[in-house]
Amino acid sequence: MKIMVAIKRVVDYAVKIRVKPDKSGVETQNVKMSMNPFCEIALEEALRIKESGLASEVVAVSMGPPQCVDTIRTGLAMGADRGIHVEYPDALYPLSVAKLLKALVEVEKPGLLILGKQAIDDDCNQTGQMLAGLLRWPQGTFASKVILDKEKQAATVDREVDGGIETLSLDLPAVITTDLRLNQPRYATLPNIMKAKSKVVKKYTPQDLNVEIKADLEVVQVTEPPKRKVGVVLSSVDELIDKLKNEARVI
Amino acid sequence: MKMEKWRWSSAAHRLLRLCSNPLSDLRCSPKLQNSTPSGVLYRHEGTCEWIRPFIGQQKQHFGQRSHHLWSGNCLGETPGIQNRFFGATATKIERNSKFATLNSNDISYFKEILGEKNVIQDEDTLLSANTDWMHKYRGSSKLLLLPRTTEEVSSILKYCNSRCLAVVPQGGNTGLVGGSVPVFDEVIINVSSMNNVISFDKVSGILVCEAGCILENLISFLDNRGFIMPLDLGAKGSCQIGGNVSTNAGGLRLLRYGSLHGNVLGLEAVLANGEVLDMLGTLRKDNTGYDLKHLFIGSEGSLGIVTKVSILTPPKLSSVNVAFLACKDYFSCQKLLLEAKRKLGEILSAFEFLDEQSMALALSHLEGVRNPLPPSLHNFYVLIETTGSNESYDREKLEAFLLSAMEGGLISDGIVAQDIQQASSVWHIREGLPEALIKAGANYKYDLSLPVEKLYNLVEEMRTRLENLATVVAYGHLGDGNLHLNISAPQYDDAILAQIEPFVYEWTSKNRGSISAEHGLGLMKANKILYSKSPAAVNLMASIKKLLDPNGIVNPYKVLPQSMIH
Repeated sequence: MKIMVAIKRVVDYAVKIRVKPDKSGVETQNVKMSMNPFCEIALEEALRIKESGLASEVVAVSMGPPQCVDTIRTGLAMGADRGIHVEYPDALYPLSVAKLLKALVEVEKPGLLILGKQAIDDDCNQTGQMLAGLLRWPQGTFASKVILDKEKQAATVDREVDGGIETLSLDLPAVITTDLRLNQPRYATLPNIMKAKSKVVKKYTPQDLNVEIKADLEVVQVTEPPKRKVGVVLSSVDELIDKLKNEARVI
Repeated sequence: MKMEKWRWSSAAHRLLRLCSNPLSDLRCSPKLQNSTPSGVLYRHEGTCEWIRPFIGQQKQHFGQRSHHLWSGNCLGETPGIQNRFFGATATKIERNSKFATLNSNDISYFKEILGEKNVIQDEDTLLSANTDWMHKYRGSSKLLLLPRTTEEVSSILKYCNSRCLAVVPQGGNTGLVGGSVPVFDEVIINVSSMNNVISFDKVSGILVCEAGCILENLISFLDNRGFIMPLDLGAKGSCQIGGNVSTNAGGLRLLRYGSLHGNVLGLEAVLANGEVLDMLGTLRKDNTGYDLKHLFIGSEGSLGIVTKVSILTPPKLSSVNVAFLACKDYFSCQKLLLEAKRKLGEILSAFEFLDEQSMALALSHLEGVRNPLPPSLHNFYVLIETTGSNESYDREKLEAFLLSAMEGGLISDGIVAQDIQQASSVWHIREGLPEALIKAGANYKYDLSLPVEKLYNLVEEMRTRLENLATVVAYGHLGDGNLHLNISAPQYDDAILAQIEPFVYEWTSKNRGSISAEHGLGLMKANKILYSKSPAAVNLMASIKKLLDPNGIVNPYKVLPQSMIH
């Protein structure tokens, strides 16, 4: 069985981001970019499934400008067998990504799709769900545990939901999106980094896949959250009551 | 005999009192009763004198100790005796009788100039200010002062000098040789309240700030402006720049940015008599006269209190890569260092090593740490960091270097961190080792500069000497030839110490190394300087100390041997 993993190149999680002066977005020039942490977890899960013998191949897919190949190389260094890069210069929103992935699914025919639950730059949490809808495949989102049953061709997924943990059984092929507690991604070891240099990364454009990219979302403005006001040290309970009444107006 | 008995009773009571303190449970082992005395050697101008450590709970020990020699000024008139509070070993230092004791007039005076809030006599705060980070040394100061300006520091010192009150300058209190805590009842002058950044020049990168600024805060401040501090150490969350400068702290980036002697452009210090010495230049080049700031850098607060620092900061470069590698023997580590310097050249920013025992310790005592190269432990690990301005170029360079190192058999395995999170996890293994050692129990810590080829031989000899008594853990800044040798045991024990000292110092001295590469001498090595410096040099140091601090009130009992100052 083939597993396809979608990975996104985002601003590194540990970077202190700054909003661009024209408020059109976040500063990405000269800023460290890395693989989205949830995508790392997704790739790690795919690799573990392959290592347990239940899958034969792991394909890492990324979409965007040419630098995405670096992210795919990281995925290959972790252990993915092949990479696919869909080259597109501008921003891609979840519905476009889902459409492109659907087209790739028709080419590659994987038995399982694993994605990160959301990207840390847009926090959309939509791609996996939209993709499952377009493919009409079952979906197990916010996965904190995945167990595959080869015979029954099904996956048992524990989902982290507000009320606790929900366990679902999905028939394969299915879409799974990963949550934080699923696993701890491995480091890329030197032998694998060297091997990754010779692994194949196939390039596509949206036209190759017959997908039309429509900008159905427009970013109007990006601003910083309001700065937290400095706390005030009060000297008596009376002063506290006065402030609560007259300044905060909560009593 | 009479005097010894008297000493025994007062000091034993002190020891017992301190034993009942919850903080001390680790150190007061039942072994105290039965351990054998061991000595601390210091050479004084060619003659060897033993200072018998004080143990004294059992009267029968007295018989054994009757044949010891006392150096001239140890047999004293002074009543106060300080017991080094780790395990059973105590080197006897006596409180210098010429120092006055605090009285209520002093307290009122300080309250007048500093305000009530900044004169601390509260027991709990004093307890932590009196104890060093390793919980090895504890003073009995009754007063903690928190000046906010240089003028206040000056007034304090002027007054203390006139009254002959001993003082201890203190910053973040993260020193590892007992240099930042009182030995007896010295007044603690803590500069933590002087934590303002005075100015920062965005073009030249010159930062002027007060001595109480915490290093990590300075790093964040500069980060927002595209610069970094030229030094970085595990203690950055608590240590202050004044202390860093006073101890000439080395750290993880010395390999790339050099020592503080090169990066500090100027400083302002207050001398023992209260005189403010303004050497706060911000010039890169200034050859006018003797460069006095260098005296203060590394003098561990014994010549005066640093109040402001002017430091040159390097620009922050965007591309940082961290690789964590496994080597099968020490020889490979050395060759790797040579190759790294050659092949990585200008982008190499750190080269640290740790041995198998260090890794085992880190994995068992540090939280959230996992083995980057599972499943087994390798003999040696090397952490290499590169910092440059071009991500892809640096990556290529690093990978080419690693490939050739692997093909050459220098490394058996390794990882390259793929994002900042992985890089910090890997650094945490190395930076967290001091913390892991404290959690593991008793920790005898040595910081030595040795020729790189011989460095690990000492570790192996120590392992042979200690066998099953204790675990020897070694790590350090291999790029600078600096070994952090640590002996870890469940409890402090004289038998262990006897195997370590003076062997370690003698070995280092024989190999023309330094007995303190970066930690300083403080109290721990106050009498050991002659292992690494000539008597003539130490005599000159003593003269300088006498010149700048005639009454000897600033950080007494530390850095230089007692006998040479008086």
